[in-house]
Amino acid sequence: MSDLVSYVIRGIPFGCIFSLIAVGLVLTYKTSGVFNLAFAAQAFFSAAVYYDVRVRHGWPLVPAFIVAVVVLGPLVGYVLDRFLYRYLRTAPAVARLVTSLGLLVAGPAMVQLWFGSSSAFGPPSIWPHPDAIYRFGQYALDANQMATLVVTAAAVLALTALFRWSAIGLQMRAVVESPRMTELAGINADRVSTFSWMLSSLFAGLAGVLLAPLFAQVAANNFTTLLVAAVAAAAFGRLTSIPMTLLGGLLLGVAQGLLTGYLPADSVLARGLRPSLPFVGLFLLLVFLPSLRHRREVTDPLAGVDPPPPAPAATERTHVFTVLTWSLGVAAVVVGSLLSLFVFNSFWLSLITQGLVFATIFLSFTIITGMGGQVSLCQAAFAAIGAFTTAQLVQRFDAPVLVTILAGTALAAVVGALLAVPALRLGGIYLSLATLAFALMFESVLVPLKWVSGGDLPLKVPRPLLGSIDFANEKAFFLLCLGVLALVAGVVILVRRGTTGRYLDALRGSEVAATAVGINPARARITAFALSAAIAGLGGGLLATQTGQANYNANFTSFFGLFWVVLVVTLGARSVQGAVNAGLGLVLFPQLLKVFGLSGGYEYIFFGLGALTYAKHPEGIIEAQTRSSLQFVQGLVERRRKQATVDVTGDGGDVAQPHPEPVSR
Amino acid sequence: MITNGSSACLLEATAVTKRFSGITALDGVTLEVARGEAVGLIGPNGAGKTTFFNCVLGMLKPEAGRVLFDRRDITRLPVYRRARLGFGRTFQRIELFSGMSVRDHLLVAERARRGDGGLLKDLLNLGRSNAEERERAQRTLDLLQLDDVAERPVESLSLGRGRLVEIGRALMTEPLLLLLDEPSSGLDQRETMALVDTLQAVQRERGTAILLVEHDVEMVQRFAERLYVLDFGTLIASGRTDDVMGDTAVRRAYLGDLV
Repeated sequence: MSDLVSYVIRGIPFGCIFSLIAVGLVLTYKTSGVFNLAFAAQAFFSAAVYYDVRVRHGWPLVPAFIVAVVVLGPLVGYVLDRFLYRYLRTAPAVARLVTSLGLLVAGPAMVQLWFGSSSAFGPPSIWPHPDAIYRFGQYALDANQMATLVVTAAAVLALTALFRWSAIGLQMRAVVESPRMTELAGINADRVSTFSWMLSSLFAGLAGVLLAPLFAQVAANNFTTLLVAAVAAAAFGRLTSIPMTLLGGLLLGVAQGLLTGYLPADSVLARGLRPSLPFVGLFLLLVFLPSLRHRREVTDPLAGVDPPPPAPAATERTHVFTVLTWSLGVAAVVVGSLLSLFVFNSFWLSLITQGLVFATIFLSFTIITGMGGQVSLCQAAFAAIGAFTTAQLVQRFDAPVLVTILAGTALAAVVGALLAVPALRLGGIYLSLATLAFALMFESVLVPLKWVSGGDLPLKVPRPLLGSIDFANEKAFFLLCLGVLALVAGVVILVRRGTTGRYLDALRGSEVAATAVGINPARARITAFALSAAIAGLGGGLLATQTGQANYNANFTSFFGLFWVVLVVTLGARSVQGAVNAGLGLVLFPQLLKVFGLSGGYEYIFFGLGALTYAKHPEGIIEAQTRSSLQFVQGLVERRRKQATVDVTGDGGDVAQPHPEPVSR
Repeated sequence: MITNGSSACLLEATAVTKRFSGITALDGVTLEVARGEAVGLIGPNGAGKTTFFNCVLGMLKPEAGRVLFDRRDITRLPVYRRARLGFGRTFQRIELFSGMSVRDHLLVAERARRGDGGLLKDLLNLGRSNAEERERAQRTLDLLQLDDVAERPVESLSLGRGRLVEIGRALMTEPLLLLLDEPSSGLDQRETMALVDTLQAVQRERGTAILLVEHDVEMVQRFAERLYVLDFGTLIASGRTDDVMGDTAVRRAYLGDLV
């Protein structure tokens, strides 16, 4: 009995911290429609600043706390709202999610530039008596546990008072319903949303300085776990109810405490299940909480007054320009291939080959995100499944590599379909969160197993051999990868033009109307999900043979899964060209950084912050650029032609004819 | 209560009941539509008309009652299966496929009617629309006079024409029964009358039965042969249009007893 109580007590502080972040998630999701995954980065930021000023610069507790939490926390929230999220309120759901993913990717890398990328040990508590132990009968709380309890209790009381008695609390509840309707009632919705961002960011900062001492170190990884636990708690509150969210966080913390206490310390279950409890919890919650199914995204009832989103730039092209663009594309591919094969040295050849392999993987996003309109955060896990299957089959059965890659593709497709069946009942943000939970479960439970990853050392994978062609030759392998990429691109284009693509378009436009004309949404989505997983698996297998090993940590971690999404969506998830750009960019950009003598972390910062351009161009920066340059060129040509006709019909045309309109923008 | 023989009966909804946590939105509603018939369903706001549509088409699951379509029990079928049996519907709050052109709306519906969307076919390049499909889409565009906006994205259309796109999309699936949820809202007088003419042409030429939820009393009177009146989830009257419109209970519920 006393064991039970002490395990519960050990779990509660964690639960409190989960709750703090979760409340921030719910508050901002409801007031701005953005599910801010970057709270984890913000918590890490505050913890790092607190550690820096307190330990490295020896500040006293109070000023350190004030700077790190009370000032910087809300300040970050203010900046995010004022310069970013305010403009995203009416942006498509994918844009909103990818922006916060971009911050999640870039944030820790930015903090580490100044803080250092290794963990800092022994972060101090924010409690004035750090060594005190508080005894209640036979149970004891240390200083940091006490601090967590007191701070959370204070935060809850303050929130309750705020919502119950203050005007801004009431206004926040109104903004949740519709920012623009609230404005019609004479309330400044922007001010209210800024307030909720500052409040939530304060909570994130608090969570950061409270969490670090519990882990006895300041490390970015711990905050990712924190984030997932908080997401699970927010899901428990259905992203709306703050009391339920608090309860969810506490329950999760207690469950974690109990598991730590009761499971034998070094059993497989303890090692696998305990750290992955938040992910398992989140996944089960999302899949089995009935009221989350078919939940509509947060939408503004006045969203109908928005101007329609522009059609893809490609549809505005005249026929001549379409032909021209295609010929330019073909020419670029031919010239690029010739250069790679005959001019570049083997280093650049293998780098570009790797870029093609990544482009193949990234075409899986063209299916699921570009066509399906859904953000999957577990494509790296599918790629890993392809790589591991390839490696294991080669190692165990000495099977030919090309066959094992196909086996990996098939297995990834099956896993994708199996995952799609429960995840399908969820839409939008919930589907993304479920895939994130799956990716993290895969990482913490399956990857450590020897029969999956091969243990500590990555499994070796040879290059394929086809008849007399040995693909150990880099040039032959380059052509193989180019061929695979072309094949997959062809599949993507055929699917997009075909029935499946049309069905997905329709479902993205209006699911209820699509089913009402007889489209089976489950079938279309499972097809898309499985096909996308298969493409990722194929690319993963190819990457394993390209690099010579199935190396999870180097290529397939869940973090890469997030980074890939940001990268591909920023560069264009709707076109083959976008995937190719992303693939080549991923391998070539670090070389560019090297030229400038910058560390690899800048890659995440650059592309992560690249996603922030969504605030200005909700359809994507590349798409916006394409459109404006297309309009410029076509406008120029149009003007020439008009002038030419004027020259023919009028005499000279430069006398009476006014100057043509300048091309707008 | 209706004179048509049951062999001609297309839709038979029997004692459909739907509750939303305490509120009984539909209380044992029974309604029949014969083949090729034009039937109106009227009632004040909140009477349960749209809920009834949703129960018939499966977007909501009723607590009790049975829905037969073409003498087949469809109470447990998912929405898309019912749609393939021959339902078409439009929505009170317009539901179009955002980003798609008008013509693509019709082509998607045509493809869904054939129900042959397979990945393998797409990969063999058989997934593209063929001449016959485009021809059928063109006929619907002509019928609804949407030809001039065929290539425009639906967001750029007015509400009235958006409703026509919804109707066209539903017609492409060759429905036996068309469920129209307030098609005249957002339309002016002239557009409404044009819509009635079009619907009557469809009913006459294709033999499509139509069940119409409508607030525009004039339109209902002109269009529907029979009427059902809902009030607070219960059926308070049914019968021939003229008889129902003369009924005092109906006038009290629907017109607020002012007349």
